[in-house]
Parts: sequence; structure tokens; C-alpha cells
Amino acid sequence: MRTFIFFFLIIVSGTGGELCVSRAMRGMGELHDFGPKSIVDFVLRALCQPWMWVGVAMMAVGFFSLLAVLSFRDVSFVVPVSALSYAAGAFGAKAFLGERISQNRWLGIAIVCVGVTIVWWSGR
Amino acid sequence: MTSRPGLHLKTYLAIFVIVIFAPLGSVLLGKGMKGVGSAATWTFNDLLPVFLRILSNGYIWLGIGSLLTFFVAYMMILSWADYSYVQPSTSLSYATVAILSHFFLGELITPLRWLGVAIICTGVFIVGRTSPRAHGAH
Repeated sequence: MRTFIFFFLIIVSGTGGELCVSRAMRGMGELHDFGPKSIVDFVLRALCQPWMWVGVAMMAVGFFSLLAVLSFRDVSFVVPVSALSYAAGAFGAKAFLGERISQNRWLGIAIVCVGVTIVWWSGR
Repeated sequence: MTSRPGLHLKTYLAIFVIVIFAPLGSVLLGKGMKGVGSAATWTFNDLLPVFLRILSNGYIWLGIGSLLTFFVAYMMILSWADYSYVQPSTSLSYATVAILSHFFLGELITPLRWLGVAIICTGVFIVGRTSPRAHGAH
């Protein structure tokens, strides 16, 4: 049960954080000039986006949940199971960012889910 | 991508760094956290000393360093190579994680787990082979 809760946090909070950062970056416009000054300026502007802070906070929760689960489960169990974030990312991108997910991508995600299920069995 | 030989070498080198350092980071974090130990009750009073032990653990910092190395290599390669070329090659990291955790941490990888890892690699490969920008995306 403890394992399940932490995986839920790793996947939902980690992926949710990436989606929020992605949403913040959409509001920024594309970066064209890669000089030091424009990169610093870009980062400072990114920090003014509220979604950026929500995203960073959620990613931090995801990272510490990963550390927590690594304290009592095998690395060779934790990392493959967290591949479930591909599925969470696709559903989230569709719902939250309005992206369209191609059929091939759904196929890949379904295969990842089969693999995760098998790794999960191997850890019981 | 163009077919300059130097560019190929640079690309393979960056993929190698990605496929080694991302899993190495996880393995080092795992090693560090096994040393830090699990919190007993998960209350705030119990978590604070665990948090301090995490911050003072060398393996954790090495792990974070590995993950940063991976991240920089990943950003760099995306500046010259296509995402749909890079992402499928990183699916190999799931195999590297199993190999490294077996040799460095002595974890027992059962055939069932190997099967699961191989299927995940296949799935991630297919996810990455699709176009990063589907038609009709905003």
C-alpha cells in the first residue's frame, strides 16, 4: 500500500509538474537567440509564470516520493514501474494541454503498461 | 540531420552519455537511500532527520550530479538531432538500469522482471518513434 501511494505521487505529481511547466512555457513564446543574456532573461521571465511554480513544486514532490520509494524497494523495480508516466503524460497532455496523441503513440503506451504490469508482478 | 561523420560521432557519444548517466543516477540515488534508510512512521518529526541524512549523503549528490549530466547531454543533443531520433534510443536506459542495479547493488533480476523490462523498452521505443508534434496540435 505504501509502495502504491508513493508510485501514485511519483507518476501523478512528477508528470503533472512537467505538464504545468509545459503550460508555463507555452505562454513564453519560442526562444530564438541563445546568447547568455537572452537565456538569463528567458529564465527570469519563466520564473514569473505562476504555472512554473506550481510545476516545480509538483516535480519536487515527485522527486522526494521517488527517494522515499527507493529507500525500501529495488531500483530495478522502481525505475521500470515509473515508466507508467508515459501513460499519465499522454492522458494529461490530451486533457490539460489539448494535444492530440497519435495511434502509434497509444500503441507504444499500451505496450509500456503491459511491461509495467509484468515488472509489478515480479516485485510482489 | 545531415550525414557529416563528426556529427554522427557526436550524436552516438551523447546517446551513450544519456543511456549510461540517467540509469547511473537512479542507481546512485537507490544506493544512497538504502543507506539513509526508510522513515519509520512518516510523520513530520520522523521525516526531518531523514531529510537531513539525505542532504548529507554523498551517493545522493553523486546521483543528482549524474542526473544533471544526463539532462545537459539530453538538452545538447536535442539542439542538433531530431527528438524522434533521440527519444527511441533512450529506451535502452531501462535495460541499463537493470544491468547496473544487478552489478552495483546486487539486486536479483528474475527472468519475469527481464521480460517486463524488455517489453517496456519496446513500448518506449514505439512512443518515441511517433512524431513529437501530432497533426492538429495547438
